Amino acid sequence: MNFSYYPGCTLRNKAKELDAYARASAEALGFALQELTDWQCCGGVYPLGTDEIATKLASVRALAQARDNGQDLVTLCSACHHVLKRVNDDMRNNADIRTRANNYMMLDTPYAGETKVLHFLEVIRDVIGFEELKKKVVNPLTGRKIGAYYGCLLLRPGKVMAFDDPENPKLLEDFIRALGAEPVVYPYRNECCGGYISLKEPQMAENMCSNIHKNAAGFGAECLITACPLCRYNLNKAENNLPVYYFTELLAEALGVKEAALK
Amino acid sequence: MQRIGVFVCHCGSNIAATVDVHKVVELARLEPGVVHAEDYQYMCSEAGQAKIGAAIKEHQLTGLVVCSCSPRMHEATFRKCAQKYGLNPYMVEIANIREHCSWIHKDMQEATEKAVILARAAIAKVNLNTPLQAGESRVTKRALVIGGGIAGIQTALDIADAGYEVDIVEKTPSIGGRMSQLDKTFPTLDCSACILTPKMVDAAGHEKIKIYTYSEVEKVSGFVGDFTVDIRKKARSVDADKCTGCGVCQEKCPSKKTLSEFNRGLGTRSAIYTPFAQAIPNVPVIDRDACIKFKTGKCGVCEKVCQAGAINYAQQDEIITEKYGAIVVATGFDTIKLDKYDEYAYSQSKDVITSLELERVMNAAGPTKGHLERLSDGKAPKEIVFIQCVGSRCSDDRGKPYCSKICCMYTAKHAMLIRDKYPDVNVTVFYIDVRTPGKNFDEFYRRAVEEYGVNYIKGQVGKVAPQPDGSLLVQGVDLLDNKQIKMKADMVVLATAIEPNQGVRNIATMLTASIDTNNFLTEAHPKLRPVESPTAGVFLSGVCQGPKDIPETVSQAGAAAVKVIGLLAKDKLTTNPCTAKADELLCNGCSNCAKVCPYGAITYETCLVNDHGIREERRIAKVNNALCQGCGACTVTCPSGAMDLQGFSNKQLLAEVDAICR
Repeated sequence: MNFSYYPGCTLRNKAKELDAYARASAEALGFALQELTDWQCCGGVYPLGTDEIATKLASVRALAQARDNGQDLVTLCSACHHVLKRVNDDMRNNADIRTRANNYMMLDTPYAGETKVLHFLEVIRDVIGFEELKKKVVNPLTGRKIGAYYGCLLLRPGKVMAFDDPENPKLLEDFIRALGAEPVVYPYRNECCGGYISLKEPQMAENMCSNIHKNAAGFGAECLITACPLCRYNLNKAENNLPVYYFTELLAEALGVKEAALK
Repeated sequence: MQRIGVFVCHCGSNIAATVDVHKVVELARLEPGVVHAEDYQYMCSEAGQAKIGAAIKEHQLTGLVVCSCSPRMHEATFRKCAQKYGLNPYMVEIANIREHCSWIHKDMQEATEKAVILARAAIAKVNLNTPLQAGESRVTKRALVIGGGIAGIQTALDIADAGYEVDIVEKTPSIGGRMSQLDKTFPTLDCSACILTPKMVDAAGHEKIKIYTYSEVEKVSGFVGDFTVDIRKKARSVDADKCTGCGVCQEKCPSKKTLSEFNRGLGTRSAIYTPFAQAIPNVPVIDRDACIKFKTGKCGVCEKVCQAGAINYAQQDEIITEKYGAIVVATGFDTIKLDKYDEYAYSQSKDVITSLELERVMNAAGPTKGHLERLSDGKAPKEIVFIQCVGSRCSDDRGKPYCSKICCMYTAKHAMLIRDKYPDVNVTVFYIDVRTPGKNFDEFYRRAVEEYGVNYIKGQVGKVAPQPDGSLLVQGVDLLDNKQIKMKADMVVLATAIEPNQGVRNIATMLTASIDTNNFLTEAHPKLRPVESPTAGVFLSGVCQGPKDIPETVSQAGAAAVKVIGLLAKDKLTTNPCTAKADELLCNGCSNCAKVCPYGAITYETCLVNDHGIREERRIAKVNNALCQGCGACTVTCPSGAMDLQGFSNKQLLAEVDAICR
């Protein structure tokens, strides 16, 4: 089973381990992530300006390449996933954006949203299956109480992302359960971490993250897992914080490939 | 050749502002068969009708075309007018130049052109019209009311008091409906049971009313005045004639873990049960899914303890077939499911409840015996937050686009009752708008705010977050103060949108009654015929037609009853002569028409036919005019073109098409 893979810039520097653990885990789970050639930064933020087309082109390029490979496109970083899925939705459903983007791109075959964009977690849920994942676990994380932190980018807007119920998601909880650990459900798991506000008003992001930590700890979580480098950055800045891991790190640990992954 | 008169209505400015009526008259005059054309401000008025009458006499008209509003509005008016002046009423055609033309177009030239074309088509049709004679059908002097809530009970009582037989079919084990679940009613705060129970008793004791509880309508056939209905009386497993209603069986029943529907799942009931103490009839039902005897064969406790010997495990569903002249739908409502509103944590916390659940909590016979307490830990709440419009006035597909209409008032009622009984409890209400039209309604709401100190905040709640300590953190916004609000609450009450009861779609299909996108039954006219369905003989009562409170429901129930009484008071009804008819020379007896007929109106007979001198026996379709509704399905199915609809023959329709395309 092969997927086209779009790592994104953060996974090349600050979040290298998110990427490394994912690749090792994918191998252990029996599928391969084939990195796109010459991919470019997604821009980090989905451009809301309706007349802005240039900022969408990097995504279109990646999406079209996956289409040409005949593969679904897998992402890991929440922000990249968000941007790629939404641009893909535009290309599929917004004729104006589709026409203008294709005019710029001058591809051999115009792109119209044919690629299926999957988050690594969606691959586990929809392609591998949690039952199958459970069978592959060699070091079950028994006894660990883990709070899933979704943030907003994976979940919203709910209809476009179609990732999970944005108000009461359960994908990561099922994931944690499959690894043998105990998921801690806490209401703030889908609250915003502050995102890029941490650049302009760090105190605000810190307060928001501190509320998330408090809430998770209150319900008994011993650590948090996330898919988003920015969420992790913000969550780590808050005081009295719980340890925050990428979900791939725990996955790699449970699959017994953690040490090998970083070599 | 017909002598046709064309009458073009201005409808005030409704038509005349967009359609050049003089031009329509002028061009209509040129059409074949037209001997007279004129326009008038209001053709439907007495003066307008007199003009039509005068023209019929003066020009010896044989057919009329009225260019006016939809035939649904005034076809009957103009047919009656024609008859008054000596014309067969089926020689009248309406060209709908209002709804189909002036109301939907802006450009006068285009609209006029279209109006002329519509008139031309109607003229072409009248040229081929033949006089038709309406038949007569009998009226069964008995009414069926589907649903035994306050709407159904009131309708039944009013019909019965006028001297007609009425049957109520109620799907649950008791009549009473939603109103029986309510604690107090606004704006008078009298106890719901105290005003409902006497009506239930009246209905049960009325010599003209028969009540089928734990029963459902299964099949409906026939038409206005002569419906035949199959009612499935589900097996109660208890012999109603023997049961004394002592209640020992319910006490002794060992299976007591089924969630009580009556208490909205907040309490449990036994497998053999009556939904509530004042149930009518006071005869329990065995829930076979929960009963140990039915599940394992072992138990039989109720049978042993029943002194009257009323338990009958072998009882089976019974089908009762009955004839009715009129049917009233009073199927009521339920609250919507909240699975798309997880931000309010309804599925995550027992202390987030719906307003209907709060009614049960506040009721002395409810799960907490009327004590206001948190359902998670039984503690008395100190801070209660009400959230209005949960699922109402919703612009996406999570909820309903309409206002549920009753929530503002019952929320004010709940807030007031809580502040009255527990003055140390703080009550906050988040609202979008407070809508309290209705007699003494706004005064009631203001009393909640001014006298009882209920804290109303204009703004919506984004999230209810259950906290580790068991409290609820309510995050919302105060729009008037432009501030974000975070407040702790011990209980959150959701004013949940209401929707028509499950199963109403099925009932509407059986009755061929129309239903809107929200599953509310459609009335024949939104203003002028609000309690009649467009299907003749089917009437609407209560929330099945649209959200309404108890006073409005009772008024509508009375109105529906009056319409039913008006129908049942007639001995005969005139039938629609526009029914299908087979040409015996063309029919080859293939059976295709009978297969598509939704009313079972077509049978086959072997007849002696004289086909251009050849005499032979042939199998030929026969239409029962009493059953045929003139839908036309058979005419388009017939491969040999033998089947035709009188008044809408293939020739007439093609003539209309030709006239339009000319």
